[in-house]
Parts: sequence; structure tokens; C-alpha cells
Amino acid sequence: MMLMKKKHIPGGIITDVGSTIIEKTGTWRTFKPVVDMNKCIGCGICERFCPDGCIEIKNKKCIIDYDYCKGCLICMNECPVKAIEKEIEKK
Amino acid sequence: MKKDELLAPGHRTCAGCGPAIAIRMLLRATGPNTVICNATGCIEVTTTQYPTTSWKIPWIHVLFENAASVASGIREALDMQGKSDVNVIALGGDGGMMDIGFRAISGLWERGHNVLVITYDNESYANTGVQRSGGTPWHASTSTTPSGSASKGKDQWKKDMPAIAAAHHIPYVATASIAQPFDLDKKVKKALSIKGPKYIHIHCPCTIGWRFDESKTIEIAKLALDTKMCALYEIENHKKTLTYKPKGTPVKEYLKAQARFRHLTDEDIEEYQKRIDEVWARDFE
Ligand SMILES: Cc1ncc(C[n+]2csc(CCOP(=O)(O)OP(=O)(O)O)c2C)c(N)n1
Ligand code: SF4
Ligand code: SF4
Repeated sequence: MMLMKKKHIPGGIITDVGSTIIEKTGTWRTFKPVVDMNKCIGCGICERFCPDGCIEIKNKKCIIDYDYCKGCLICMNECPVKAIEKEIEKK
Repeated sequence: MKKDELLAPGHRTCAGCGPAIAIRMLLRATGPNTVICNATGCIEVTTTQYPTTSWKIPWIHVLFENAASVASGIREALDMQGKSDVNVIALGGDGGMMDIGFRAISGLWERGHNVLVITYDNESYANTGVQRSGGTPWHASTSTTPSGSASKGKDQWKKDMPAIAAAHHIPYVATASIAQPFDLDKKVKKALSIKGPKYIHIHCPCTIGWRFDESKTIEIAKLALDTKMCALYEIENHKKTLTYKPKGTPVKEYLKAQARFRHLTDEDIEEYQKRIDEVWARDFE
């Protein structure tokens, strides 16, 4: 709660834009999507459909940010070349 | 982390949330030169846990009742400052926009304010535990229309919000779906290029309210289009143009995929198909 220490403007004004990144929603996962880089064609369909905006296409490959991925597996379901598989999350 | 993403992760929407996908697609189309007035609901609650926010653009939380009124005021103020190029959007769920906040929206359209009104339609008051709304479809079981021996879920047909918008004779009305991201993108950009009031209705499945596995959000959204449960079109100059041709998949496939329709018998589903076909013939043939 480092943010709490900052000075807040009264009236519920939040000036720290994009600050929900302090909440690592990756801890919610039961399943983990894992990308087979040999199969991934970098089409970006998973990136469009991810509710949490945690997929990035870098050098034509799908990179998942596991700090925020909630493990919904929409990306796995929508991948046209079936490059994403699920694993049980190990805690 | 992606720099151009205008909605930061770390928000608390459910895993697989359809409305969260809709908002990401919306922001990609609007770009940063945008102000959003967001009525209470899942998206507002999950993205702004004080003192944090996911939004990277100016965003204001308003009551159900007055998202459109506040948007009108912001529009006036920006125009006064010579900032007519800034997009102003009034945003909310189906409960907020189709029911509780509706009269302020009607006022905005009637006054002709240069604002884009957007409903993300997850077909219930999801945030408070899935109560039925004007957007809930026929026979869906919700917490206020539970199915049982004396009830088949909601008794009424879904309210035709885009038709109500069109009756205000505003320059642009469209429906969109998270299953068709390029179509959604095109419609938002087109709407923003038109001066005056406009309306876009975005269909987005809710894993909690509709009760399906969280990996199937897009699959369900696609089925809604192909079974004619949701139609994609634009209305301009009083002309309605379909922008997606459904495959005509039996509605049974859509209903069977969601536990909110689990109680329906084969006869109920037959009846459902008949009504869907009638509505489609009335609206699009
Ligand atoms: C006038 C009023 N009544 C009730 C509430 C409680 N409430 C907060 S969010 C919510 C549900 C919102 O439903 P909807 O607009 O469909 O958005 P969703 O939660 O589905 O995203 C309700 C009933 C409120 N905030 N204000
Ligand atoms: S599992 Fe869900 S949250 Fe995780 S990367 Fe895939 S679509 Fe995004
Ligand atoms: S209840 Fe539905 S709309 Fe609300 S956050 Fe969960 S999936 Fe999204």
C-alpha cells in the first residue's frame, strides 16, 4: 500500500493513472496458459481478446504477463493454430 | 507492460469478463484524446479501487441516473475552452443505460450534444448479484427472475434500445459485439468522426451472470451472432444496414451453452426459435 502514503486530493480524485498495476491479479490463477513458441504465428488474436490486457506480441510471438494473467484461458480457446495449452498452476 | 494500453491491468473484473474485453476494444478505437463518464456498475467498481485506477485517460464516476447529464456538461465546458476535438463518452452497463439512466440519455440525444453514448450489455445488473434488467433476454434465470416450478425465468422480451435511440433521429446508431473486434473498432471510429449525438450498443457475455466457463466468453459471443440472438447493424439516415450475416445456427446451441437457460425444455426451446425467427423477419427482412 505504498500508494496510501502519497498525498491524496480530497474528493476522491485519483491522479496516479494506471495505478491498479500494484494489484497482481496473477495470483488468482488456477490454470496457466503456456505458449508453444514454435506453433505461435504472432497473429495477435489472443491479444485482442484477453480481458486483462496482459498479452503482448513481440517479434511476432505471444508473450503473456503472468503478473496479471487471471488464467481465464480465452486465449487458449481462441488461438487459431492451437499454440496455447493449459497447465495446472503450481503455487 | 504495454505502453499504448489505456486500461492498465490489475483491475478486478472476473477472469474471462466480457465487458472488460469491450472496454479494451473501445479504448483502442478512441485513443487517448477522450473523456469517459462511467455510470456505476462492474466496470466502474472493478477498475477504480481507491486510491488506484486502471484508466489512463480522464475518467469520472457518476451515478446511474446522470452519466449522460455529466457528459453533456463536460461537452459544453470543453467546447467553451475550444477543445471540440476531445471525444466525450457516456458509458455504462445495460442496467445503468437502458433502465435507470435512460431519461438523461434521452435528454442528451434530444438536445443534440456531441457525445457518444455506449452501453456494454452484459444482460443483467451484474455487479449487485445478477438482477434482471431491460437488457436481460426472455426466459433467462436471474436472481430476481429465478426459474422454478412456477417460472421460466424472465417473462419479457429484451428491450430494443438501439431502436429507441434511432427514434431520436440521431445521426449514428450501431450495435457491436466483442466477437467482432474489427467491426467494433470501425463503428467506434466512425461514430467519433460524426458530430452530434450517437449510440453504440455492445453485446458482451458475463461469465458470472450467464453461467458458462470463463474460457468461453468469445465463443458465446460468436454463438449469439450466429443464432440471431444478437444482430449487428448500423442505422444512418434512417437506413438500417446489417454488418454481419449470421450462419443461422439453431438457438438451442446458444441456450444450452449457458446455465441461465438450463431450465428450458425442448418445447420451450422450439418456442424460443419461433420467436427469434419472427423478430428477425420483422426487423431484417
Ligand atoms: C440508484 C441506484 N440503485 C442501485 C445501486 C446499486 N448498484 C450498484 S452497481 C449495480 C448494478 C449495475 O448494473 P449494470 O448497469 O447493468 O452494470 P453491470 O454491473 O452489469 O456492469 C447496482 C444495482 C446504485 N448504485 N444506485
Ligand atoms: S488466460 Fe486469460 S488473462 Fe491470461 S493471458 Fe489468456 S486471455 Fe489473458
Ligand atoms: S460479474 Fe460479469 S460483468 Fe461483472 S466483472 Fe464479472 S464477468 Fe465481468
